Amino acid sequence: MWFIRINMSDRTYRVEPAPETYKNFGGRGMTSSVVADEVPPLSHPLGPNNKLVFSPGIVTGTAAPTSARVSVGGKSPLTGGIKEANAGTSWARDLAVMQVKALVVEGQPKDQSKSWGVKVTWDAAAGKPKVEFFDATQFEDQDLYQVFPQVYKQFGDQISIAGYGNAGQRNYANSGVVFNDESKRPSRYAGRGGLGAVMGSKRLKFILIDDKGAPGVPVADKALFEQGRKKMTDALMKHDITKPKGALNSYGTAVLINIMNEAGGLPTRNFTAGRFEGAAKIAGEAIFEGNKQRLGKELYNHACSPGCIIQCSNTWHAADGKEIASCVEYESDWALGANCGIDNLDDIAEMVRLCNAYGLDTIEAGATIAVAMQAGVIPFGDSKGAINLLHEMGKGTPMGRILGSGTATAGKVLGVTHVPTVKGQAMPAYEPRAVKGIGITYATTTMGADHTAGYTIAPEILGVSGKQDPLSPEGKAALSRAFQATTAFVDSSGHCLFIAFAILDIASGFEGMVEEANGVLGTHWSNDDVVALGASILKKERAFNEAAGIGKAADRVPEFMKTEPLPPHNQVFDVPDSALDSVFGEL
Amino acid sequence: MHVNVKLFANLLTHVADAKVGVPFPVDLSDGATVGDLIRLLKLPADQIKVTFVNGRSRSDDWRLESGDEIGIFPPIGGG
Repeated sequence: MWFIRINMSDRTYRVEPAPETYKNFGGRGMTSSVVADEVPPLSHPLGPNNKLVFSPGIVTGTAAPTSARVSVGGKSPLTGGIKEANAGTSWARDLAVMQVKALVVEGQPKDQSKSWGVKVTWDAAAGKPKVEFFDATQFEDQDLYQVFPQVYKQFGDQISIAGYGNAGQRNYANSGVVFNDESKRPSRYAGRGGLGAVMGSKRLKFILIDDKGAPGVPVADKALFEQGRKKMTDALMKHDITKPKGALNSYGTAVLINIMNEAGGLPTRNFTAGRFEGAAKIAGEAIFEGNKQRLGKELYNHACSPGCIIQCSNTWHAADGKEIASCVEYESDWALGANCGIDNLDDIAEMVRLCNAYGLDTIEAGATIAVAMQAGVIPFGDSKGAINLLHEMGKGTPMGRILGSGTATAGKVLGVTHVPTVKGQAMPAYEPRAVKGIGITYATTTMGADHTAGYTIAPEILGVSGKQDPLSPEGKAALSRAFQATTAFVDSSGHCLFIAFAILDIASGFEGMVEEANGVLGTHWSNDDVVALGASILKKERAFNEAAGIGKAADRVPEFMKTEPLPPHNQVFDVPDSALDSVFGEL
Repeated sequence: MHVNVKLFANLLTHVADAKVGVPFPVDLSDGATVGDLIRLLKLPADQIKVTFVNGRSRSDDWRLESGDEIGIFPPIGGG
């Protein structure tokens, strides 16, 4: 198993055996370990001492279903703390089958006027991967929907692509790392936390992978792996949320719009209400029905990456049947829709397309536009104005650069006090005042406000893994802690987090995940062991953040959430600070 | 008594002309519960995961009151 280190100061590379101490790591466990061990916590996120780490999950590249995820890690220019963001893409599989445990991008070229790409291929004679550099300057400052076809034309249809867009090129704190989907769109993002700018600051425009001849992922105990794979597959095929033509495959993640609205927890118009009167018009059901009307047939969703059973990625089509964008995720739909008071699906989809085209995180972009609306830059509900602001970000106008700096910075510049961020990162699509457990996750996760870090929505709203009252703070610190630790392992396994819906309800599915990992690695982890492993990853991340100056005082929601009651339930965020501190205090 | 009911996702197919997010009125006898409403509408009980009454998740034995707003969901997830 290999580590590839790419040094952008002198454009050299090394392919080294993966360090023995890291042999059982993958995904988030790997990226956070390398960042914690190698990046000085006080280094500038966009300077030569930060590193950008890519790591496929433990079972990525095997026959394990729904497992083509890659984690991307580094010090975040948005939060100033450690960051892991992950995406589903063939790129993850292709890196894994070359037996690469981590690809680490280091250094920074002095000459920032040129950009470079690397192509990673399998060197059959040497029995290991090799790396070639190429000049990629010509691909800068362009719409990624125009860039990707050029790259495929030059390097062949079989490659997978990682890169950044204009946002990363301009060092925006709102910038993602883009990967291709199964139809070669630039649409799968490790979106959060500004890692696109870390890649951009190193002027590494692309990492292309051609896995021809690659040997595949070694599996230590094939029978155990197969047993686990079968249990996982059965759970995903059986659970109502994850099965074919189930909720996610039919309606996509945007199916959550209506239930969050009904629960009074759909943040609306920059987190000033928990219900949006236009919710039904932008929900997953509206996407399904709208496509049916416009295409004359039912359209079920597709996989973002190879080997996925869930297949939750939708596509929104215009009245003439042409594709506007894929994928209109719940988070994007909410951020650019309800949170901006916008109920026009065509315009929301166009905004998703623009975020993909320019390399922006849709959550941060929508939250920032909503803050700009609150400042009076454009009115709430002005979808054409919002589209224009995204173009300003992409083109790098002065206003665009302010908005590209993220919600917290834009709020300061525009004089807005009502700014929904934690550790500088915008909150996603669940209102902490209406769903207390997710507020605890937002406040305490090492990532800045991030729902995926500990998705207590499952029991608090969806009735998955039990049922808990979302308005009550009771017991929620422990709930968030347990979810955060388990998630840190799922994010290391290579599985998409959406397997959690099935494996939290179906115990054999959880066993299957552990057996798959044991089968690949030859380990003997129990269910408890993997949760403990997750907790150890959280501790590493936490230690990095504390050394970077991000401690307990940063584990808080914005003041307005403690003082302004949110309709319709008219609740404030009433979780005591002691409960927030106990999440990591008792880890 | 009258209550207003909204159905979501694949539950929409069980009531003719039901539209997503648009409430339709239902007449119930006084003291009726969430479970009574589900039976009256002939919704498949095994496909119902969460029922909201006035924005709060309620169990099948919850007693409804006139004017209640009810939202009924099958198992759904996302993120």
